Amino acid sequence: MSDQTTSGRVLAADGTPLKTSLARALRRQKLRALALIAPLLLFVLITFIAPIADMLFRSVENQIVVETLPQTVSALADWDPESGDTPGEDVYRALAADLKIAAKAKTHTRLGTRLNYELTGASSLFRKSGRQVKKMDLEGDASIKDAFIKIDKDWGKPDIWRTIQTYSPRYTNGYFLNAVDMQKGPDGPEARPENQQIYLMLFGRTLFMSLMITGSCILLGYPVAWILANLPARSANMLMILVLLPFWTSLLVRTSAWKVMLQQQGVINDVLVWLGLVGDDARLVMINNQFGTIVAMTHILLPFMILPMYSVMQTIQPTYLRAAKSLGATNWTAFWRVYFPQSVPGIGAGSILVFILSIGYYITPEIVGGNTGTFISNRIAYHISSSLNWGLAAALGAILLAVVLLLYYAYDKIVGIDNVKLGG
Amino acid sequence: MADTQSPGAFVEFERVQKSYDGENLVVKDLNLIMPKGEFLTMLGPSGSGKTTCLMMLAGFETATHGDIRLDGVSINNIPPHKRGIGMVFQNYALFPHMTVAENLSFPLEVRKIGKSEREQKVKRVLDMVQMGEFGGRRPAQLSGGQQQRIALARALVFEAELVLMDEPLGALDKQLREHMQFEIKRIADNLGITVVYVTHDQTEALTMSDRVAVFDDGRIQQLAPPDKLYEAPENSFVAQFIGENNTLEGVVKEIKGDTALVRLDDGELIDCKPVNVTQPGERTRVSIRPERVEYNKSRLHADAHTLKAEVLEFIYMGDIFRTRLRVAGNEDFIIKTRNAPDQVRLQPGTQIEIGWLPEDCRALDA
Amino acid sequence: MTPMKTILTTTALTFAAGFANAQDMAKDMTLVSWGGAYQKSQDLAYVQPYLEMHPEVSATWDSSSNEAVAKLRAMNEAGNVTWDVVDVVASDAIRLCDEGLAMEIDPDTQLAAAPDGTSAADDFGDLLVSDCFIPQIVYSTTAAYRPDLLPADAPAPDSICAMFDMETYPGKRTLEKRPINNMEWALLCDGVAKDEVYDVLATEEGQQRGLAKLDTIKDQVVWWSAAAEPPQLLADGEIVMGTSYNGRWFSAIEEQGQPFKMLWDAQVFDLDGWIIPAGLSDERKARALDFIMFATDTQRLADQAAYISYGPARASSAPLVGQHAELGIDMAPHMPTDPNNAKNTFLYNYEFWADYRDDIDAKFQSWLAK
Repeated sequence: MSDQTTSGRVLAADGTPLKTSLARALRRQKLRALALIAPLLLFVLITFIAPIADMLFRSVENQIVVETLPQTVSALADWDPESGDTPGEDVYRALAADLKIAAKAKTHTRLGTRLNYELTGASSLFRKSGRQVKKMDLEGDASIKDAFIKIDKDWGKPDIWRTIQTYSPRYTNGYFLNAVDMQKGPDGPEARPENQQIYLMLFGRTLFMSLMITGSCILLGYPVAWILANLPARSANMLMILVLLPFWTSLLVRTSAWKVMLQQQGVINDVLVWLGLVGDDARLVMINNQFGTIVAMTHILLPFMILPMYSVMQTIQPTYLRAAKSLGATNWTAFWRVYFPQSVPGIGAGSILVFILSIGYYITPEIVGGNTGTFISNRIAYHISSSLNWGLAAALGAILLAVVLLLYYAYDKIVGIDNVKLGG
Repeated sequence: MADTQSPGAFVEFERVQKSYDGENLVVKDLNLIMPKGEFLTMLGPSGSGKTTCLMMLAGFETATHGDIRLDGVSINNIPPHKRGIGMVFQNYALFPHMTVAENLSFPLEVRKIGKSEREQKVKRVLDMVQMGEFGGRRPAQLSGGQQQRIALARALVFEAELVLMDEPLGALDKQLREHMQFEIKRIADNLGITVVYVTHDQTEALTMSDRVAVFDDGRIQQLAPPDKLYEAPENSFVAQFIGENNTLEGVVKEIKGDTALVRLDDGELIDCKPVNVTQPGERTRVSIRPERVEYNKSRLHADAHTLKAEVLEFIYMGDIFRTRLRVAGNEDFIIKTRNAPDQVRLQPGTQIEIGWLPEDCRALDA
Repeated sequence: MTPMKTILTTTALTFAAGFANAQDMAKDMTLVSWGGAYQKSQDLAYVQPYLEMHPEVSATWDSSSNEAVAKLRAMNEAGNVTWDVVDVVASDAIRLCDEGLAMEIDPDTQLAAAPDGTSAADDFGDLLVSDCFIPQIVYSTTAAYRPDLLPADAPAPDSICAMFDMETYPGKRTLEKRPINNMEWALLCDGVAKDEVYDVLATEEGQQRGLAKLDTIKDQVVWWSAAAEPPQLLADGEIVMGTSYNGRWFSAIEEQGQPFKMLWDAQVFDLDGWIIPAGLSDERKARALDFIMFATDTQRLADQAAYISYGPARASSAPLVGQHAELGIDMAPHMPTDPNNAKNTFLYNYEFWADYRDDIDAKFQSWLAK
């Protein structure tokens, strides 16, 4: 029996309220547990979360303009881009002073690259001007403006100035606008010219094709997982090795193998022609398009569908089917009403895995996608590794992440995320 | 098909054999006739073939040889879902993704019974198992005993005349199990259904059944009502398997009417009832129930044969005393005595004389 | 400080200083290149000879050149550059230089003069397209075809415009999945004079014109992103003609005996060479410069041509180009710079593409995806 005060609160042996005492003991336990996982937690935070946060930050970060051209930016603040005129001499002087410093630190070309994303020609403009500006004499009376226009006549047009002014804030939504086929216009965001629009279409295509891939993985994976779950352990292990075999083969090899299979002079076409189903001059186009991408990616991602399905199906006891049959259900009813609903968590887990993996895939679409089978990730990869426009890549990545989270949320609302099982 | 029906038979196994591997028979030459309304238990150690028999009856296994008939119709080639047999599974097999009510209405739905009638029947069967409140719950939200009731209700809801139960109480604790035994028996009697019940628990078998079929080695060793099974086992397997039993080995010396004189291996003579010994010289195992052994000489028949025994151990068990003796070289000879005020508590080391009525001592196969 | 500690510290400092003075250069070197036959030719022509001369040095190859720009930027931001010498194409070198990721090189002091005394700056000439870039080879993106897959009655193609002539030369073709080169060829075959191509391409109308020309063959084009694909596609008969690097065609035709024919017309010269990443320690920088000085001298560049059909970037190396190391054939006729092959050529316009690449690429990809 615990001691009880007059107020009815239960006290521990030393007189402190039992609740306080319990909370203290639990807190100590939690702290100790936390201390034990702390190194791992820190490692995960630093190596996983931090880079993602950094990449997301890049999608809005725009320090470079104001840091490279501090005087110019403040001098340009009063200039009205709508006037149609170039700014005054003081702005050119400020630019010359900024560029002298920047050219010494070799940061002017970097700024040129940055501004070239917004205004074609800025790259060479800054490279050229950085070289020439060293010789400029800021002490003399000669017009610095004229000197700049002599370097390149683009300095005498308002476009470059408008771009500098538009992108002078430390943070910009420009990358995100670009990522949804828009741009900063004089009157706020506006749609890009139609011949430059691509990203919304690619997002849509990526989602559509990922759904197709997920769907075909379900169709192909379900029977395989069912067989796996219902075979005796020995044969199941053998079959499991076959399922996992693709994991042990290089992605490139597998994708290239599909090229050999599906191309117009490939195995399948040869067989179809030999069977007379297809004319030699009318060979099917099955690669370098959406079809080829879906086939190759379904093959590559299939194990990610089969494994969760299998581990869920393994836990469904055969007695459920027997019970259903003993209650009068035909084989099909027993499967559809009793077995299938119980395997849904496996389908859910597999689908989420496959869908998220395929949404971020780029190697296979790059190789077999042609022009109609490429994904948004291919553009992200291009901006990361070729154009070095990491801000745009980050914005595209952030949108992709948001779309995935949104779909995940929708899935949770419709199906329920507690309905997802990877096993047991 | 039904031309060989035995009169009064509802379920009938005729010369049924079952082999899984084509080398060993799991069920050997099974013959069984059950009248309608009977509660029959298949009892036996694991691997004795009792579950296989049940599965053949349910249709999940096919008989390798022989004929199984239900109400005179051979069901060998009828798939399980058309047999109309209710079944309660060992782990209940309640569908986890359906509520209790959905579980119960499932067999009605697949029989295309209308909605209102379904609801009515579900309600009635829920009330019958005293679970009226629980229709909206999921199986996982129920206790083991409650799940058991629902499993039973599901097997009954479509009004099957034959219900099979495969160790349905195995997962319950002792108290609940005893309660459910009573409950199942009550419901089965009320509905007048025929039940085939599989268990390896002899108490369950004895308390619930009209008849018990004791299985061993793929055969029915004895098929009898519980009292006969306990008191008059027909062979030493049944004697050993059902209840506690003392065994002494010896050779039949002579048989006179319904008494056999047996010379035990240490030379002593005892009177027995010959059960499956027929002539002198046969080896036999003599079986005596512990509660039928008497050591109080005054209660024994005057000319009864007695044996010398040494008390090895005395165990106090509350309602009874259990005493272990050394008798005729057997050190595991148990006697049970009621805890009565005048009952003597035997001390280890004491030398006593024990005896019994000849009809309680059964000379069985060696 | 205890006397003992002082002694130890002094010894350590002396030792470290002596070590640095004696060696002055790092002993390990990580070289980055493209892998495959090209990297092998570099290894045989420069690296192995260099290692023989400097047995204390060890060199490691990393075949990451195709993502060198992004990786260098990431390394630079992390403050841990692990590469010492990196092989990149000239446009990447310009980008790296602009981004401050590559070191500027003074050709007169940091590169070897030609044997006849010509300064390195003059010897490389116009090919020094960036302050950070040390040219190594001239390669070209050029077309090849399979005569047996073309109509028997069609004349042998002698112009890049065969690529756009679906009537005379029906069948699929392959082009690189980027606007560079393709836009130039499209305009050229649409009637734009060669010396006006870039002026036209700088205008919105010119870009539309180029895409419109490409549009006429769009459904017959298989787009490649790895240069190994075109020879394979042509060998499989998937296409009848296509573009790739001249070295890839050479290897398919001469080394593997494929029945391809080269179509040197309007080949686009491009440069490949070294850069040294910015931010190396003094010892590593010294080693990298020492290696570069050796590896880009006249003889070494000429030696490389014995293993691969790319032209040496130095004028003084051209006369020294000999025979293929294994096939024993004269390499000169297979060089893109050979007068017979170079009757009509383009030089990759680095400045133009540095400015217009993002813009035209967006339009090109948008067009491609439709």
